[in-house]
Amino acid sequence: MSGSASVTPFARSAQSVTERPAAGSLSIRDVCKTYDPDGACVEALRNCSAEVRSGEFVAIVGPSGCGKSTLLNMIAGFDTVSSGRIDLDGRVLASAERPPLPGPDRVVVFQHGALFPWMTVLDNVTYGPVRQKALARAQAEKKAIDLLRNCGGLDAAAGSYPAQLSSGMQRRVEIVRALMNEPRVLLLDEPFRAMDTVSKTTMHQHLLDMYRLYRNTIIFITHDLEEAIYLADTVIVMTTRPGMVKQVIHVGLPRPRVLKMLYSQEFMRLKREAAEGVHEEARKAFERGEREQA
Amino acid sequence: MVWVGYLGAAALWYASVKWLPFESFRRMPDPVTVINEWLSPNPTFGVSIFTAAYYKHILYSVYRATAAFCLATLLGVSLGICMGWSRNFHSYVSALLGLLRPVPPLAWVPLAILIFAGVESAVIFVTFLVAFFATALNTLVGVRSIDPDYFRAAASLGASRKDVLLDVVIPGALPNIFTGLQIAMGAAWFSLAAGEMIAAQYGLGFLIMEAYSLIQFPTIVIAMATLGLLGYLSSALIRVLGNRLMRWRDRSMGFGA
Repeated sequence: MSGSASVTPFARSAQSVTERPAAGSLSIRDVCKTYDPDGACVEALRNCSAEVRSGEFVAIVGPSGCGKSTLLNMIAGFDTVSSGRIDLDGRVLASAERPPLPGPDRVVVFQHGALFPWMTVLDNVTYGPVRQKALARAQAEKKAIDLLRNCGGLDAAAGSYPAQLSSGMQRRVEIVRALMNEPRVLLLDEPFRAMDTVSKTTMHQHLLDMYRLYRNTIIFITHDLEEAIYLADTVIVMTTRPGMVKQVIHVGLPRPRVLKMLYSQEFMRLKREAAEGVHEEARKAFERGEREQA
Repeated sequence: MVWVGYLGAAALWYASVKWLPFESFRRMPDPVTVINEWLSPNPTFGVSIFTAAYYKHILYSVYRATAAFCLATLLGVSLGICMGWSRNFHSYVSALLGLLRPVPPLAWVPLAILIFAGVESAVIFVTFLVAFFATALNTLVGVRSIDPDYFRAAASLGASRKDVLLDVVIPGALPNIFTGLQIAMGAAWFSLAAGEMIAAQYGLGFLIMEAYSLIQFPTIVIAMATLGLLGYLSSALIRVLGNRLMRWRDRSMGFGA
């Protein structure tokens, strides 16, 4: 793919990044989740199953409250599983018997951003490897600067505090902070939700470039169908509560993805294929919301 | 432009003393008399910026306020963090705090004198007490108000429990801790002055009470103004320290998109 539609200039350093051993295959089997806050039993997820290959970019779409964040939190180890199990590279990650355990092999980028505001960009980015004692501080800093530079020249902001950066830069730094841990799975929880369309498009290119460089398995939660198709290899459409897998769409668009693909026949076809299901679920969710309000 | 306000206040003071039709107001000193007494090398009532007695009172008050404040910071912040950190600890301690906090600080004075067998520690104790409650409760609020995503992010990045305490809980609670310290400092001066009026031989609160019994109006006002100045300075000091420690909240010197 050398020379083919280099999207942003920094993607040229792709050759310098060594291939990582294949890891990060997820197997989600019959996962259920019920909440029981005050006697009122809420079924958030019902028999969710999915297979994610190593290095695959999977987007999960569905209406608000369909349990997509719950699923992500289970993979991340923030939430318990009621029944069923999730395996990572053939080993049990989550099941009803295991207490949830977060770890640097599955790092999350949060919806509202969770860079530590009291640490500089460099301290944020080196936090994982230094605290895990995976790298000495000097090594971690060198790696961080390299990674920041590869991700669109963010190294210039290394000494700044997050509050001094634009929200787009903050989000990219947070993705770099996750990548520093060489996670087997990168979990993105609607990271571009609050952004305007223009910034979002820029962020998509940055994310695609990072994906091309580092090839981690990515689980990307969104409610934006176009975004999902444009970024992912596979789009999982979920039903409204209780969340189930409604539809699995394989996106055959070639990589690197470029903006003009948004207007291609294939993109339109995929969008049509998924839109009906997504809108049906959105309508159901809306109607239930109305009922619950009444 | 701040001077307009100060001049206005002084004019109001002057006018109320000179022209209001109340006999008792006439005995009040006007601003000029107070300033003259304050700056006089030979003050009529023995207290001015040129007398050692003035500084002795200031020193005593500052010493007590500082001791009480430091102790309150140390214990209040620790307690607040422990309460925010451990639900169990919170449930043990909150009942006791809830019971003790509404007791007005001055109600402690007689008991404190008896317990500590001395006026000095008793005054420091009541001063400490109010500052301590303000610090502990604000620290607790600070820990509770930390975005849960920061804890999740830290866990996700492989932080141990100790790392979370040092890297998330303490810095995350810092803005509220400093709010608490500001309130604590104000409350400490309030409580200190009252404590010194009741039970002390030195200090600005004592000076006010002594001047009151000797009917030395200018000295009363000098001591009051000094308390105001010290309170203002100590608050400013905390604010400067807070801003230094929390430079990360500063949005200036921004980076563009």
